[in-house]
Amino acid sequence: MKNIKRRIAFNKFWDYVFWVTGLLSTLVGLVLLFTLIVDLFLDGSGRLSYKFFTSFPSRFPEEAGILSAWVGTFFLMIVTAFAAIPLGVAAGIYLEEYAKKNWLTDIIEINIANLAGVPSIIYGLLAMGLFVYFFKFGESILTGGLALALLILPMVIMATREAIRAIPNSIREASYALGATKWQTVWWHIIPYSTGGILTGIIIGLSRAIGETAPIITVGALTFIAFLPTPPITSGFPFISFKWLFDPFTVMPIQIFNWVSRPQAEFHINAAAAGIVLMIMTLLMNGIAIYIRYRFRKKIKW
Amino acid sequence: MSVIISGELKAEVKNLNFYYGDVHALRDINLPIERRKVSALIGPSGCGKTTFLRCFNRMHDLYPHNRYEGKIILHPDNINIILPEIDPIEIRMQISMVFQKPNPFPKSIYENVAYGLRVRGINKRQLLDEKVEKSLRGAALWDEVKDRLHNLAFDLSGGQQQRLCIARALATDPRILLFDEPTSALDPTATSKIEELIVELKNEVTIIIVTHNMQQAARVSDYTAFMYLGEIIEFDKTDKIFTAPSNRLTEEYITGRFG
Repeated sequence: MKNIKRRIAFNKFWDYVFWVTGLLSTLVGLVLLFTLIVDLFLDGSGRLSYKFFTSFPSRFPEEAGILSAWVGTFFLMIVTAFAAIPLGVAAGIYLEEYAKKNWLTDIIEINIANLAGVPSIIYGLLAMGLFVYFFKFGESILTGGLALALLILPMVIMATREAIRAIPNSIREASYALGATKWQTVWWHIIPYSTGGILTGIIIGLSRAIGETAPIITVGALTFIAFLPTPPITSGFPFISFKWLFDPFTVMPIQIFNWVSRPQAEFHINAAAAGIVLMIMTLLMNGIAIYIRYRFRKKIKW
Repeated sequence: MSVIISGELKAEVKNLNFYYGDVHALRDINLPIERRKVSALIGPSGCGKTTFLRCFNRMHDLYPHNRYEGKIILHPDNINIILPEIDPIEIRMQISMVFQKPNPFPKSIYENVAYGLRVRGINKRQLLDEKVEKSLRGAALWDEVKDRLHNLAFDLSGGQQQRLCIARALATDPRILLFDEPTSALDPTATSKIEELIVELKNEVTIIIVTHNMQQAARVSDYTAFMYLGEIIEFDKTDKIFTAPSNRLTEEYITGRFG
């Protein structure tokens, strides 16, 4: 009995040791992150004002703002979303529901997983060769958006496939047993039931794209830009214009990088302020993703 | 075997063989199915009864490497429904199925029943309303759900979900209704409701039911086929099978000596 008690005490000691180690490891990450965020806020929050959002960059730090950067980021995200969503979702549906399972689809599957890990600058180089030099889209919003779309395409495909795979086979069989075709099954069941997962994947992808700098610099985004893209809505017929697609642009992370690399300390404050904005943008998108996932999980449980 | 059947035939299985790749799952099956009667398939697990049932609506076509041989003749059209050149969708439009586990769609009760009709391009509200009510009444579910047709089907109990699946299968006026162990996931009360329903439904539709519950086969069916290792060992009127089986294997199975 005494031996057993000693043994238990010894066993519990190791329990305790891991508890302490685990807690410390967790704290290291959390505290560092927290310090970083607090530091960013202390540095930059003073610069956040309406004027900061509505001013172009300038030689004078106190007059400089992020107007062209956030507008550029916004337009870029639109192009990225419009390119990546249909392609990624269609590819995901095809691979899960239509493609025959054989060695070819296995290879495609492995490659898509690997593509998600390719360094983003490689996508920038690809986009430069393909969209700038071959298709002659120029160093434009279109090129930048498509480069980012390529970057997040594997993420969208994988999110789509995972969401589709979560649908039990009994649901497919129920649909087919009623005489539905593949497309009817996909349209009425597969897409609606996987929307939550797909949307979550898309938003996570976009929130990664929003912070990307390397591929955007590679395709030639400007670092200093004091005008906005052509408005997509015009006063005359046909009221809509796509000229903005071919306009030069800058984005938030490039603006931040540009300010950080200046010698004047005032510009560093601007960088911190822009950093806060970018971080809030990302957190907001992730928040939306979590909310969507929660909403759909509540509605559909298998 | 057709001497056993007195009435009109709805389907006739002739020398049916079925292969999952290299696995010979069904061997030389012959079976008559009488119109508007309940035919039960019984047998131990893995004997091929579900495999056999899923030949009737060509479910095996959904997966690769499956192969049919022989004939399943559907009367009165006299077509062999397992011919590769016959579109499985055409068959599934006429032969509905109720599965082992209730599998309603995560949609409203109404949309679950209406789905088969929507697949057929029927979108007129009035027609859908009528059909949905008729099917839900046919599945003895109408009174329980008529006030909440637009609630999610998942909110129903297991037994109600299974009756919803029956209503879904009925909505398209099938010529044959297939049941694949429809009560194996249900409690006794829900089970007896489904069994009563099956007996009632045979006034309108031909039924084939797979069950590993012999009492259930005895209670609901008019004809019973005992299957073992992919073959039909004995087929007869249900009374006869359960009181005086002519095959020793059948007798051993129904008396519970194996399976």
